[in-house]
Amino acid sequence: MRPDLSGAVLALCAAALCLLVVLPIGWLVVFAFTGRGGRFTLANFRLLFTDPAFLEPLVTTLILAVSVSLICCLVAAPMGWIVARTDMPLRRTVRFLVLASFVTPPFLGAIAWELLAAPNSGLLNQLYRVATGAGPEVVLFNVYTLPGLVFVICCYTFPYVFVLVANALDRIPGELEDASAILGGSAWRTARRVTIPLALPALAAGALVAFLQAMTLFGAPGILALPAGFHTITTKIWSLFQYPPKPELAAAASLPLLVVTVVLLRAQSAVLGRRGYTVIGGRSGPPRPVRLGPLRWPALSLCLAMLSLPVFLPYAALVNAAFSRIPSQPLTFERFTLDHVRFVFLELSATRLALKNTFLLGLLSATLGALLALVISYLTARAAIRGHRVLGFLATAPIAIPGIALGVGLFLAYTRGPIVLYGTLWILLLAYVTIELPAAYQQLQASLRAVSPELEEASRVLGASRLRTLRDVTAPLLGPSLIATWCFVFVAVVRELSAAAILFTSETKVLSVLIFDLNESGDLAAIAVLGLTMLILTSAVIAAANRVPGFRGGPLVRNT
Amino acid sequence: MQPRKVGRRQVLAALAAVPLALLLPGRTAGAAGPAPSKVTPELTLAAKKEGKVIWYTAVDLPVAERIGKAFEAKYPGIDLRVERSGGERIFQRIGQEYASNIHAVDVVNSSDAAHFIVWKRDGILAPYVPEDVALHYPAEHKDPDGLFASWRVWLSVIGYNTKLVKPEEAPRSFADLLDPKWSGKIVKGHPGYSGTIMTATFQISRDLGWEYFEKLARQKVMQVQSSADPPKKLALGERAVMADGNEYNLFQLKEKGEPVEIVYPTEGTPLIVGPSGVLKDAPHPNAARLLQSFLFSVEGQQLMVDFGGLRSFHALVKEKAGRKPLREIKLMKDDPAAVEKQADEIKARYSKYFKV
Repeated sequence: MRPDLSGAVLALCAAALCLLVVLPIGWLVVFAFTGRGGRFTLANFRLLFTDPAFLEPLVTTLILAVSVSLICCLVAAPMGWIVARTDMPLRRTVRFLVLASFVTPPFLGAIAWELLAAPNSGLLNQLYRVATGAGPEVVLFNVYTLPGLVFVICCYTFPYVFVLVANALDRIPGELEDASAILGGSAWRTARRVTIPLALPALAAGALVAFLQAMTLFGAPGILALPAGFHTITTKIWSLFQYPPKPELAAAASLPLLVVTVVLLRAQSAVLGRRGYTVIGGRSGPPRPVRLGPLRWPALSLCLAMLSLPVFLPYAALVNAAFSRIPSQPLTFERFTLDHVRFVFLELSATRLALKNTFLLGLLSATLGALLALVISYLTARAAIRGHRVLGFLATAPIAIPGIALGVGLFLAYTRGPIVLYGTLWILLLAYVTIELPAAYQQLQASLRAVSPELEEASRVLGASRLRTLRDVTAPLLGPSLIATWCFVFVAVVRELSAAAILFTSETKVLSVLIFDLNESGDLAAIAVLGLTMLILTSAVIAAANRVPGFRGGPLVRNT
Repeated sequence: MQPRKVGRRQVLAALAAVPLALLLPGRTAGAAGPAPSKVTPELTLAAKKEGKVIWYTAVDLPVAERIGKAFEAKYPGIDLRVERSGGERIFQRIGQEYASNIHAVDVVNSSDAAHFIVWKRDGILAPYVPEDVALHYPAEHKDPDGLFASWRVWLSVIGYNTKLVKPEEAPRSFADLLDPKWSGKIVKGHPGYSGTIMTATFQISRDLGWEYFEKLARQKVMQVQSSADPPKKLALGERAVMADGNEYNLFQLKEKGEPVEIVYPTEGTPLIVGPSGVLKDAPHPNAARLLQSFLFSVEGQQLMVDFGGLRSFHALVKEKAGRKPLREIKLMKDDPAAVEKQADEIKARYSKYFKV
């Protein structure tokens, strides 16, 4: 019998996780309780909870995160159901377009919405004034407000909920619903007693992810909050790194977010943890689409109208800005120019390097992150080693830390000996894998919960090691989810701004940082060109990933 | 033959430099500092061998890239990479990188002259005096120890969009901006990001008092980061008036036919000086010196003036027709030493009033 290396590999994963998560969080905690001169103090927290300059951002962030989470669920759950379980036409297209909104970085979306809904120069406001003959004082939309910011964050957060819900609905076997129908259950009763309970864990996970995303997001607030005249907790933390930097306060400001997240995650497992949701056994039938009849076309129009907000309108605005002499003027023949394209590709000296760094990091982080998430979710879902709960907690913990604070934690950890990584791409790789691990882990764990262990048990009984079982049985069963997770991490890395904004140096600049720097000086046209390039290249990578043989397309664009 | 010749020349140059350095201890007031350096074929050759130069600058990106392309055209084989961000962010970046022993930057230009006082004190700049600086720059615009010189000069002005504001109704002074009719119509830069705005905020608060900013903050100001952004927001038509921002961006936009106009406030206009220096630990020391020489050459300076709308202290550089000459404008006095002392207080006070 060959020696079983499983134990060693599993231990290695656990060690890697500790390195990834414990080290930066440890530094954050240490710094949060450190005063001037390096002594222990609670002064940072006292300031945090008494000074209105910190209290106001905390309250704003809370309002923001709750609103985003609610709105995302309200929009994404019905859309997910329509796309997964009905005979609406163009379902594949709708899924693809949700993917497009997901691929859009929130900071890019925020800039596009500035072009659309800035109170005076916004294209939609201009259009409204022309259409109604209203005076220049009339403002239909103002993106520089808290509701404006909530709206923009929702546009680029709802795909998280949508994907989770739609994938869960894909997996619910038709037999269960058929059984309900045969036993005399009405369509509504079937939905209430079978479909909705089975989709609930995914929806709850989606609500949680949306809440945490909105709470820790830096990109969109980084663009919109400053002109709107308020801070969220993440922009406040960022401003604490202005010279002279105050990392102790920044660390203290990010710890409450960690606490909130831990509480929420515990609540989630308390509510959902005890129920069984195994839906993929050795045998199951495809789900049966619900016939919408005459409602097919209204349903499609609704989906497309929703998608115009994160996709059609913003990309139209970006195309307009990329080719128009002044970004706020509608494109015409006289105003058409290729100057901005020429500038970005021939003059802007950071373009090539940023593209190269971004895609290299995206590929590496996605591969590493998906593998790590697979192993950890396997360990926790199957309770394979002692202490698996701790592993699960560690893998989820980074979600609570704003990328920017994690950036600082990593910065503190890897700028002094023995390992100096600052100034290299490695530190960004570490940051990306750590930041995206929670979402990847949650996704794969949700999928794994739905895979019955009996197939794995068969493999184990026949003498395969845990690792071999994972590779030959579990991974193929999870195939589409695995590809989806890979794509998810890749896209998330391309979107990531907050940690990169702290950790980059001139040699390790990535696209998101380049765009953020361009925004600082208001170079909207160059941003539009770069943003569109980024979208095209990202889409190409995802399309290629979904054609990996043996995986028959990822669930993001799959319809059974 | 060639390498040996170069070697001999370098030895001679080094020998010549030794007694000079002994004769002139750096700190003597009025001393000429290090001897001026010409762009020699040796320097060019060594720079080409390095093949690369990294320039941290706060000048508006299209201007920086245009100057970078002119440098690359003149010295083919050397890739110039521009790292542009606001002066205050550059200062923070270099501090962060140097604290971790990362020496990525070759040549630095900030829009806050106070930064050079700090960098000089920290000893991270290399003495290097381009020939043009020695011959054509006024004494008050070069460091006596030869560590930096005033690469560019410009103003932080008031501006307005001529489609949204009639000339006779436009503000003429800082005090005019406090009129309730401008509430919700003003855009301005932020001293936490922009060196220009930091310098301007210091001069305005010194001459007009902090009450001015306290009142301005009640005007529902749209806050942006860089001093290059307010002019662009005017051109978009997003706001009618800018309370501060770069004169040079307004020159560029105006000369392209965009509907923007410059106002030199009656109280005086903040004068901003952006020095340039070579880093002692520059990763490409020869290319760095070559770039520094190019930046101060007539060619580099004239391009900066003509394309960028900036102003120059180089005696041989001509102002572009149609722009108001500096001597006809009432200026506020710059004082980098005071900015250096008060920067933290200025940022703290500013965020208190403006909430961001």
